[in-house]
Amino acid sequence: MSDLEIFRRETRAWLEANCPPEMRRPMTSENDTYWGGRNAKFSSEPQRVWFERMRDKGWTVPDWPKEYGGGGLDRAEHKVLREEMSAIGARAPLSSFGIWMLGPALLKYGNEAQKKEHLPKIAAGLIRWCQGYSEPNAGSDLASLQTRAESDGDDYIITGQKIWTSYANYADWIFCLVRTDSTAKKHDGISFILFDMASKGVSTKPILLISGYSPFCETFFDNVRVPKSHVVGTVNRGWDVAKYLLQHERAMISGTGERGIGRPLGQVAADSVGSDDSGRLDDAMLRSQIAAFDIDEAAFAAVAERAVDLAKAGQSHPAFSSAMKYYGTELNKRRHEILMSAGGIDALEWESGRSRGGARPRAWLRTKANSIEGGTSEVMLGIVAKRILDLPGA
Amino acid sequence: MALVLTEEQSMLRDSARGLISDKAPVAHLRSLRDSKDATGFSRDLWKAFAEMGFSGLLVPENFGGSGLGCVEAGVVMEEIGRTLMPSPFLSTAVLAVSALARGGSEAQKSAHLPKVADGSLLAALAVDEGTKHRPLQINLQAVRSGNGFKLNGAKALVVDGHTADLLIVAGRTGGAAGERNGLTLFLVDPKAKGVAIERTVMVDAHNAARIEFANVEVDADHVLGEVDQGGALLDGVLNIGRGAVASEMVGLSEEVFGRTVTYLKERKQFGKLIGEFQALQHRAAQLYIDIEITRSAVLKALQMLDGDFEHAGAAVAVAKARAGTTATLAVQEGVQMHGGMGMTDQFDIGFFMKRARVCQELFGDSNYHADQLARMKSY
Repeated sequence: MSDLEIFRRETRAWLEANCPPEMRRPMTSENDTYWGGRNAKFSSEPQRVWFERMRDKGWTVPDWPKEYGGGGLDRAEHKVLREEMSAIGARAPLSSFGIWMLGPALLKYGNEAQKKEHLPKIAAGLIRWCQGYSEPNAGSDLASLQTRAESDGDDYIITGQKIWTSYANYADWIFCLVRTDSTAKKHDGISFILFDMASKGVSTKPILLISGYSPFCETFFDNVRVPKSHVVGTVNRGWDVAKYLLQHERAMISGTGERGIGRPLGQVAADSVGSDDSGRLDDAMLRSQIAAFDIDEAAFAAVAERAVDLAKAGQSHPAFSSAMKYYGTELNKRRHEILMSAGGIDALEWESGRSRGGARPRAWLRTKANSIEGGTSEVMLGIVAKRILDLPGA
Repeated sequence: MALVLTEEQSMLRDSARGLISDKAPVAHLRSLRDSKDATGFSRDLWKAFAEMGFSGLLVPENFGGSGLGCVEAGVVMEEIGRTLMPSPFLSTAVLAVSALARGGSEAQKSAHLPKVADGSLLAALAVDEGTKHRPLQINLQAVRSGNGFKLNGAKALVVDGHTADLLIVAGRTGGAAGERNGLTLFLVDPKAKGVAIERTVMVDAHNAARIEFANVEVDADHVLGEVDQGGALLDGVLNIGRGAVASEMVGLSEEVFGRTVTYLKERKQFGKLIGEFQALQHRAAQLYIDIEITRSAVLKALQMLDGDFEHAGAAVAVAKARAGTTATLAVQEGVQMHGGMGMTDQFDIGFFMKRARVCQELFGDSNYHADQLARMKSY
């Protein structure tokens, strides 16, 4: 038996013994996600137990080095762990922008003091992070951002406004793009900086979305004082860090549809529209749509698997996460259009007993942001055209 | 298993690509078409395929082959798809070998497999009867008679049926059209009395045949597998064929796409390279993404066929359906983006469009496999 097979056997046994049955069921609401942070509360005892056991193994961040609170797994072991968790339907013990976005950027660009300070707290779910990227006039054209950081001795004084800051009102710290040189070309005067959201001068205001939820905020900085030592990477070279982090963000968003998948669409549809004597959905066009979706979803799962294997073999293109982001988000929007169609009038109820507070239509509306956040579908296609296909003038 | 080619598989790809791009570029197909070649492919090239070990790629080692798997067959099919090389590889080395190796008796395997491996025997699989691929609707009657069976009926789209030395014919020994039980595979000599073969040159300048069977007598020891129980064997063989054709479509799609992107970087209109126009950039990017996803789905299916054959059905349906829609999109975008040039016979791109149409139809088109997947998932 190879080392990897032994690892798989041990992992399977450990998960079987340690993952509470409640944590193996599909998630049904926002409360089922544990985000960590200074003010975090567990929504249930099994959620706490599962989180703490995984944290103690370093498996909230299985592939990070052990010295920073990770599990120290190599890619092959990490893949085995993911497969074994997926096989029993185990939920992620901790969801976090620190894990998905900041961590990889710190591992690549952070200095030792920054890694030691921040990574273990991310791994242990002690600090919840938010991302200060977009501004009212810097959306797809992110590099035109205007939030200023002015030098004042050992500190910067930061003034400006961010928008679409996910969960800024719950976040403890922010990783933020600021302009440290307003005379340079737009990509060359940006720095990537970290600071505490409890700092004087920081305020947030949730934005009510079409889903009725407020996952995003406007975030205001009014003369916020931040030590210069909090810049990650080189001053004025923050765009490199930003782009690297975006690759991870896009990879994360491309998998949006994979997390917490409930019952198969065909079954959901059968429950609501019914089936004929031979077991086929009583709505031929809906059945076709679902079958076409299932094909594309299965194929997308294959490319996601292949992307990991290509990376492991050193054969992946760094811009491929844009391709994944484009397709994964468009796929997730399709899934929710089908869910709405299958749900018929039931799926229209916004406030009622049986609709669990309009969960389905709200989720459907939420997905419309998937192809905007983290770079629009159009920006993704532009990146693929320019960086992978090498088309001119893009 | 990692969803990438192993080093050995990459080497196989390189050697197949070397041979095929050198000896059988698209011009090879064009010249066979224009000269109305009686065979429709090059027997010399098939000999070269045999010498390289490609004809016996799926033949078990103890019968003179290399004993490789579906991933390797897919690697060769993909290279065939890049240049549209007409070759008995699909009909003989993939379909017939799979049928014989999976269903044959020792005697049948010894009689035929070594000859396939050394390139001296060509074979063809006869399944379809109606206008669409519906294997359960097989209605060619095989009635017991003396020490064997008498076959009556007709087959269509028998790939390379006009040159086959051996036909593998799916017939009905029991049950009614639409039923899975009662299907049986037969090894039939194409020169047997009552076999009438009409070569059908297809839209893609590849070859198939319509074959009529009128009281064709077949010995009982020429039954392949079990009488009445050929459905499962046929399913398995068809799945291998579907994986192979899906691979061909991946190669075809990628080649068309490559040529199209090159053209976008050369052709100028309005004083600009047309590749600068966002309308074309985004469509090119979408097509690239589609092809990468399809390539992954096809490799997944081939690995399943090699590693977990009995459960590969859904992955194969996904692969064949995706490959069909991707190839269809690739050739349409290819012609459109080449503008008027794409419509000319002089330009190669039309050959790819024609071949993609045939590959779609072979062993079930995208709609067929979407329906199959829905049935597997019970909706």
